[in-house]
Amino acid sequence: MTTRFSWNGSLALIQRLGSVIGLMLLFIVLSIMSPEFLTTGNLLTVLRQVSINALIAFGMTFVILAGGIDLSVGAILALSGAVTAGLMAAGHGVVLAVVAGLGLGALLGVINGALVSWGRVAPFIATLGTMTLIRGLTLSYTEGRPIPVTNNGFALLGGGYVGQLIPIPVVLMFVVFAVCGFLLRGTVFGRHVVAIGGNEEASRLSGVRISPMKLAIYGLSGLLSAFAGVVLTSRLYSAQATAGVGYELDAIAAVVLGGTSLSGGRGWLFGTLIGALLIGFLNNGLNLLGVSSFYQQVVKGIVILIAVLLDRR
Amino acid sequence: MDAPLIRMEGIHKAFGPVKVLEGVDFELLSGEVHALMGENGAGKSTLMKILTGIYAPDEGRILVDGKPVTITTPADAERYGIAIIHQELNLIPSLTIADNLFLGRELHRFGLLDRKAMRERAKEWLARIGMSALDPDTRIEKLSVGQQQMVEIARAIGQNARAIIMDEPTAALTERETTTLFALIRDLRTQGAGIVYVSHRMEEIFALCDRISVLRDGKFVGTRPVPGLELDEVVRMMVGRTLEARFPKRTSTPGEVLLKVEGIGDGAVHDVSFDLRAGEVLGVAGLMGAGRTELARLLFGIDKPTQGRVLLDGKPLTARSPNEAIHAGFGFVTEDRKALGLVLDMSLRENVSLPKVPAHAGLVDRGSEKKQTRGLIDQLKIRTRDMELDVRALSGGNQQKVVLAKWLALKPRVLILDEPTRGVDVGGKAEIYHIINQLAEQGVAILMISSELPEVLAMSDRILVMHEGHATALLDAATATQETIMRAATGGK
Repeated sequence: MTTRFSWNGSLALIQRLGSVIGLMLLFIVLSIMSPEFLTTGNLLTVLRQVSINALIAFGMTFVILAGGIDLSVGAILALSGAVTAGLMAAGHGVVLAVVAGLGLGALLGVINGALVSWGRVAPFIATLGTMTLIRGLTLSYTEGRPIPVTNNGFALLGGGYVGQLIPIPVVLMFVVFAVCGFLLRGTVFGRHVVAIGGNEEASRLSGVRISPMKLAIYGLSGLLSAFAGVVLTSRLYSAQATAGVGYELDAIAAVVLGGTSLSGGRGWLFGTLIGALLIGFLNNGLNLLGVSSFYQQVVKGIVILIAVLLDRR
Repeated sequence: MDAPLIRMEGIHKAFGPVKVLEGVDFELLSGEVHALMGENGAGKSTLMKILTGIYAPDEGRILVDGKPVTITTPADAERYGIAIIHQELNLIPSLTIADNLFLGRELHRFGLLDRKAMRERAKEWLARIGMSALDPDTRIEKLSVGQQQMVEIARAIGQNARAIIMDEPTAALTERETTTLFALIRDLRTQGAGIVYVSHRMEEIFALCDRISVLRDGKFVGTRPVPGLELDEVVRMMVGRTLEARFPKRTSTPGEVLLKVEGIGDGAVHDVSFDLRAGEVLGVAGLMGAGRTELARLLFGIDKPTQGRVLLDGKPLTARSPNEAIHAGFGFVTEDRKALGLVLDMSLRENVSLPKVPAHAGLVDRGSEKKQTRGLIDQLKIRTRDMELDVRALSGGNQQKVVLAKWLALKPRVLILDEPTRGVDVGGKAEIYHIINQLAEQGVAILMISSELPEVLAMSDRILVMHEGHATALLDAATATQETIMRAATGGK
């Protein structure tokens, strides 16, 4: 005899809009406190910085919605970037190098999925293992040295502009957001992602094929991490073995700030975009205000905790 | 005359705009077993939650021994001697009986746990409920559900509870455990305790209770003494009208053999064979742990059979996963709707279409999905304002209908029902029986597992009885009786 009424509707809406309201407040405060903040140049710079985290966080949203977690995203970013740069340095074409980098990322993601589904390893442990392993592979592959990018065409991917104004990574971020958003809300795949996170056993008994789904979900996360790695490598003109250290935490923070439940089954992609923007603008604002980087971390931590506290229900 | 042990007067409770209780009175005497009845959503749980301090009433008052009291927390309720035994047991599986009995109120000396004293006291309490055979050092996970329930009751006794609320206590018990529980309840009654007994099982209530109080739509309908009370009157009080019959008349005639099961088995099921015809309802009876659900899991491809085979339309079938079983035309309404049947945080629409989302090339066709859902809501008379609401917000009976709707959408050829009316009220049960009839008429072959013998007898064409994993009898429902079923279910001849 459960209760027959529901506050779900209105309450969920307020909670969902919480991150949007937070972002707007931040915008207003920063606009007042710093004259440089609300300039096209500054905003686009922040968006470009945010794009890397957002790309990873989009994939992470699928993983978390399905009740999992992926700690290996930063490591995959580094290895994929290094392999792409390495292939180009060895004289291969841009297309081959990029495709190889992306394919590698997807493959590593699928391996995560296999460990989680067939191997029945807890996602946290499985991806902690592959994270360490992939970091090691990246260090061996690069021998610890940066691999410079010499191809100017490739450098456009991260450093170029559309209409001489909007950075290409920003455009890529919105394109990937649109595609992923449709994947989540408009396809059977997306429906099954949420169902698995909501109740894996009920989904299995309803005929959802759990293992292939998990391979695809972690594969998607790997692919998007690799994509972020390729873009980052292009923007920085070089690939580094230590690229993306700690990015998994920023991605998870963006997802959670956006209102997606860490226990899976509830969440949305738009929230993740807002979460990533929040983190980006917060960093930028604190920089502009001359807050020391030590305190920046403190502030970021507090914001994340407040968001999670508000998300309880 | 003594004041009643507990008296609740004019209790009102609303959640936002929804009135759940409107002026409910309830009275519990010392030394009585008092059934609290009503359909799902009638307000029984809310009333008991108010009595145990989980919710505060908006209006009304509670008297204990004739004196007004304020109960705002579970600790208050405990202080006044009110305890509740939940349907979902609140024990920690990895801890021992004694640990659980003293959880939160551990005995200690100089800050150190006094295990010896707790063990002694636990023994005392267990002895008082006739369970001295249980060792206080046994871990909860080693106990059967019935034994765990006894531990909960021992805990209530240990807290000197005089009013004990039991919410569907027999739902997960075997026949024998139920008998033990009833003996204990009668014993507690003799000792002067008052028991509130919440259940949908009429047979039990008539066998056990002294008085019945009925709630309907949040209002108090009345209290009646059980002696001389007719079942029809209780049903009328609950639903506000006379039900034509508890069970609708079966109308379908079985056709061709659709499913042939030959000597199927694994660890829990041994060498079970039967035929299932199109349009036939084959009841599966047996005690808890007889292997009925396990049989269903084998057929549905969840577990792998180690022996025997299954033929569908005369052709061997090997479903290695639920997905393959569904493609072969099977549907499975699981026993535990919350854990296995539904994704509670998804909408009704999304739950209904989970086995097969209406889609073209992987893209969801929202329009036909809504149309399909609307059709099923009408067909099954699911009561909801909005198909976009999370199924969590629905009542138990409506949730069960959603689970049925999931499979109806697929038009299965073989439908396995595992306890299809558990926790569903009288009105909802009748509607589910009606749906089962309709499906059988359409030629669906139905395997219905049920622990309620009247239900099995009334709704089946034939009855397969299981005992310890074996099929011990295959009876014709027209001639079978509760006695013949029970004899086969307990392994007797």
